[in-house]
Amino acid sequence: MGSFLEIFDIYLLEAVLNGILLGGVLALLALGLNLIFGVIDVTWICYAELVMIGMYGMYYLVQYYGLSYYAAAPLAILLVAGLGALLHFLVIAPLLSSPPINQLLATGGVLFVLQSFATVAFGIDFRNLGIRLPILTLGDMHLSYSRLLAFGAALIGMIVVYLFMTRTFTGTAIRAIAQDRQIMALMGVDAKKIYVVTSALGGALAGLAACLLVLQYDVHPFVGLSFGPITFLICVLGGLGNFVGGFVAAFLFAEIISLGGLFSDLEWGYVLAFAFFIVMMFVRPAGLLARRS
Amino acid sequence: MNLRQYMPWIVGAALVALPFVYRDPYHLHILILILIWSFAYTSWAVMGRFGLVSLGHGGFMGVGAYVTVLLWNHFGLTPWLGIPAALLCSGALAMVVAYPCFRFRITGHYFALVTLALSGIVLQVITATRNHTGGSLGYTPERTKGNHILALQFDDKVVWYLIALGVWAGGLLIWHWIDRSMSRYAMEAISEDEDAAAAAGVNVTAEKLRITVISALMTALAGALYGQYQMFISPDTVSGIGISLQMVFAAVVGGIYVALGPTVGAIITILLAEALRIGFGTKAVGWDNLVYGVLLVVFIIFLPKGILGSLLASIKTPSKRQNG
Repeated sequence: MGSFLEIFDIYLLEAVLNGILLGGVLALLALGLNLIFGVIDVTWICYAELVMIGMYGMYYLVQYYGLSYYAAAPLAILLVAGLGALLHFLVIAPLLSSPPINQLLATGGVLFVLQSFATVAFGIDFRNLGIRLPILTLGDMHLSYSRLLAFGAALIGMIVVYLFMTRTFTGTAIRAIAQDRQIMALMGVDAKKIYVVTSALGGALAGLAACLLVLQYDVHPFVGLSFGPITFLICVLGGLGNFVGGFVAAFLFAEIISLGGLFSDLEWGYVLAFAFFIVMMFVRPAGLLARRS
Repeated sequence: MNLRQYMPWIVGAALVALPFVYRDPYHLHILILILIWSFAYTSWAVMGRFGLVSLGHGGFMGVGAYVTVLLWNHFGLTPWLGIPAALLCSGALAMVVAYPCFRFRITGHYFALVTLALSGIVLQVITATRNHTGGSLGYTPERTKGNHILALQFDDKVVWYLIALGVWAGGLLIWHWIDRSMSRYAMEAISEDEDAAAAAGVNVTAEKLRITVISALMTALAGALYGQYQMFISPDTVSGIGISLQMVFAAVVGGIYVALGPTVGAIITILLAEALRIGFGTKAVGWDNLVYGVLLVVFIIFLPKGILGSLLASIKTPSKRQNG
């Protein structure tokens, strides 16, 4: 019995650490979605599907064109950034003046298009990179190296975005537009250009997430559905458009999923997270960090 | 009564008489599917027309289908009691999710995302409880050895056609009833401006909750019927984000502001899927959704009122088209 408890505690600690590692990638996804929502006031329902396309991009670059992982990653990020800009150009821009719900539904259509495009073009087989990173053994705990890498890269990605937003003119303009759309046009900032830059940046974050997730998960056309809903929950829990809130919520959710998965199946972790979300909506409806009015 | 008032009765009689005159099983099957899905799409549009865009209807449908079949397989409870139980579950789920949303003014994007997550979660629950629900492999109601009526399992497609027709007509009646009730004006006021509506004495939370629960109940009924008719349900065919978006898509294409819009949407989408399936066979896997997706985007950009809605609008106000 004593030894059982010891093992159990190690598992618990391992689950907590894995939760933190998972949280990094989720926070990255939430950041991209929040950025686009905050600036353009649009929710990309198809955000996780962009990640899926990026994962396929990585798969083909590495497996078919024989690029090394680190050479393929920037290309995949560029690809998804381009897709993000294209999505804005083709779908969002014509709908900017129509009711917000129409924009949301249109990106829902894009979700269909991307999923079925992947089905038609790549088939429904599960594919993986074939790169197996070593597993780090810390005491009795096993932490996969790919998760550590994902966590580190996600953190670096978020810091780069933070510096970009605070230290450059374009970043400042993006933040300003998020605060007041009308005034910024009068200040001589081209809103259209900023929107495209933001969309590309959001896409690039999805691309980065794709590069990191492809190390841990197999790619298939519906892979987006396995982390898309949770990303939306995180963004709503943190308060849509609230970067810090999204960051905190991502780690909270990741812990719940990871710990829930420890006691039962991974799916139950998701269910627990959703239950937690409903409760939190009663407690803090406007987001975790919102000031009470 | 003039011709216009007789029209629904004439069309209704023709639809009831149809299977007795023409009983090609394949065409009847397509008609039944169209009727069941029309009912589901109509139930989405009941709330969607007021700007309450729910992406959680896949969840309600899944609950309707799975609870009915689970009760039948595990407890031998007849669907005549199982379906009401499933409706209760679905209604309760709608209350639990929608109440905090409406109470705390979670609207628009927020509401769509919360409900989107709901349909994702229902799918996860069905997959997670694979010991009871068969998981992603799907689930089949046990064939009855006794009374077919009690088990709500019929081999004759004509019976199913009549059931589906009745339910579909019921859906249109509910639409009509809401359309003529005070709720409609309250909901329209709410969708324009919640604060102003509240100031004018509308109980915003209660009105929205009522319409959401009605819509969820109807969707669950559609799910239960679909499961009973197809005798096979899987998480991907009755629940999840895909189904939610499919509902939105069909309703938007047909037109969400007119009663028959979702029906037109169902006819178009199901015929399109069947045509692709027959034309391209297994090569068509994925193509139907690709076409759906492109059409959805194009429709939202260029024809937000939908096919039937735009058609009716252009018939009613031809002068407006000339001016603008």
